[in-house]
Amino acid sequence: MRKLKNIFFVLIFSVIVLNSSNSAEKSPPFLETKWTFKGLFGKFDRASLQRGYQVYTEVCASCHSMKYLTYRNLAEKGGPEFSEAEAKAIAASFEVTDGPDSTGEMFVRPAKLSDKFVMPYANEQEAKAANGGAYPPDMSVLVKARKGGADYIYSLLLGYSEPPEGVELDDGVYYNKYMYGNKIKMPAPLSDDLIEYTDGTKATAEQMSKDVTNFLMWSAEPHLEQRHKTGFRVIAYLIILTVLVYFTMKKIWSRVEPKV
Amino acid sequence: MSDHEYTPSSKFGKWFNDRLPLLTLANHLTDYPTPKNLNYWWTFGGILTFCLITQIVTGLVLAMHYIAHADMAFSSVEHIMRDVNYGWLLRYVHANGASMFFLAVYIHIFRSLFYGSYKSPREIIWILGIIIYLLMMAAAFMGYVLPWGQMSFWGATVITNLFSAIPLVGESITTWLWGGYSVDNPTLTRFFTLHYLIPFLILGLVVLHIWALHVPGNNNPVGIDIKKPSKDTVPFHPYIVIKDAFALLMFCIVFAMFVFYQPNILGHADNYIEADPLVTPAHIVPEWYLLPFYAILRSVPDKLMGVVAMLSAILILAALPWLDTSKVRSAVFRPLFRQFYWILVADVLILGYVGAMPAEGLYLLIARVATAYYFAHFLIILPVLGWKEKTTPLPLSITEPVLGGSPNLAAARSDEKIEKTIK
Repeated sequence: MRKLKNIFFVLIFSVIVLNSSNSAEKSPPFLETKWTFKGLFGKFDRASLQRGYQVYTEVCASCHSMKYLTYRNLAEKGGPEFSEAEAKAIAASFEVTDGPDSTGEMFVRPAKLSDKFVMPYANEQEAKAANGGAYPPDMSVLVKARKGGADYIYSLLLGYSEPPEGVELDDGVYYNKYMYGNKIKMPAPLSDDLIEYTDGTKATAEQMSKDVTNFLMWSAEPHLEQRHKTGFRVIAYLIILTVLVYFTMKKIWSRVEPKV
Repeated sequence: MSDHEYTPSSKFGKWFNDRLPLLTLANHLTDYPTPKNLNYWWTFGGILTFCLITQIVTGLVLAMHYIAHADMAFSSVEHIMRDVNYGWLLRYVHANGASMFFLAVYIHIFRSLFYGSYKSPREIIWILGIIIYLLMMAAAFMGYVLPWGQMSFWGATVITNLFSAIPLVGESITTWLWGGYSVDNPTLTRFFTLHYLIPFLILGLVVLHIWALHVPGNNNPVGIDIKKPSKDTVPFHPYIVIKDAFALLMFCIVFAMFVFYQPNILGHADNYIEADPLVTPAHIVPEWYLLPFYAILRSVPDKLMGVVAMLSAILILAALPWLDTSKVRSAVFRPLFRQFYWILVADVLILGYVGAMPAEGLYLLIARVATAYYFAHFLIILPVLGWKEKTTPLPLSITEPVLGGSPNLAAARSDEKIEKTIK
């Protein structure tokens, strides 16, 4: 029996070693940064979300859509929490086609809180044509759509470098050590002082990467704060109830042998 | 079953019960004599019932908001996640609920394997269980298709393509299943309909499963037949009810940890990318609970034989009561079987692991060895073991374990001590 147990553990161990050695050659470990949304009570850094929106709208939005977001989301609880007036002003700076009106004509009007984020391209074909055949993915749920999540996105944004010797790159293809296959068609999007933060924070590439990743995490998981809060309450309630039921059970079973 | 006839105390109760014996049923369920030595592995039956009800209730509400259309399914799920009140909670409970359901069912099945619960006179309970398990897999697979992400689409493509391996009519069957020439909108709508239907079939089978259980009564860790009711049994209520409740609460804590803190860890990231028939994901993998069978499927080089192997791996379980020739139920008294049992557990875990890995090189080799062993366990080891194995002596009853042969000497000794102190 003991021999078998040993064989069992050796097998499990070898599988783990196999796995780790295998994944080690795939991609380097992600860059480390502290996320406020992780952990039992994880919450978003409100200011970072607002800056992240600024990075998105000034840099990313020229190519990447966020079609599941609505301007009203920007003012909702648990998000960047812009004031309603600010969110309205943000919406109004975009134009959307509406209609048909009573004469049957389509018309252009400023966006309202109830409108979805305006898309950079009319359709996928146009997006591909404008980006050398590569489709800039919609970013609404991007963090959840990539293995490694926020850490991956953050690392990718900062993972650009010259290709190592022997790696040939075509025109319009860039080297990124975190990208699957290391080749990416998006040029390094962020560089120091690319934008000027309205709140005066210094816009380093790291800062912008972190802010925009925070923003993307929120857009992928808009109810994360409520989830953490509810989760803590639910689990605390369950634990208390479990303890009470445990003692009730002990009491009931004390009449019987063998006891539980 | 309780021997005495039940008569309701009130006049109306008697009048009603003579016409529809619901009160007799309730009385039977309350008094149902249960072996008092059941351990916590026996609480998973109740937990599974809870899982099924949870899936049906959350699924019902999700279906009110979900749109089964290839162009709208993905965004309707996002709508649920963002705009429906507590939609995120409903969806995460439903998605993780499927995983928890399978976790519980695997524990339930392996408990049965360890204690020989599938043996006479419980073969029908066991076979009903296998049918429920098959339906669960069908429901889970179709449910995974509904969000219409990349893994939904390509998983559906891979699995439905298996039918094309059937000689002569395979291609036509696949086209018929798809409702077209590829996985598309007609496939999605029929999968949604079937995903809605199957849980109710399962519910019906669960009733039969429990009914069949209540005829011979529960097996128990010692695996011997016991008199019911006797000092070896306790009435279901309150003893088993409170114990099941305690285990269920523990289970719910784990469940809640997934739902609230790691809701996506059991899913695949690719399923948050909307389905695109033109882009194939690098690795197409099913959900974790189907991985062992996926490994078996891929370990056979021939497509048709792979499908046959995968199906046999499940259906072989239905023949288990007759493949296991040992008269002794519980592994506690079967020293050799116990070792092979744990090897089988390891084998299935290994199959699950290689199922998640690309089918090449060493992984493929491991998958082939593990697949061969899986079948060997049921077809060779179990039948032979029944003849060859020297089992340890069985106790006469739960309350009177034979000394020396008792699975738990310490417990037996403490019992002695108690008796002495009483004297």
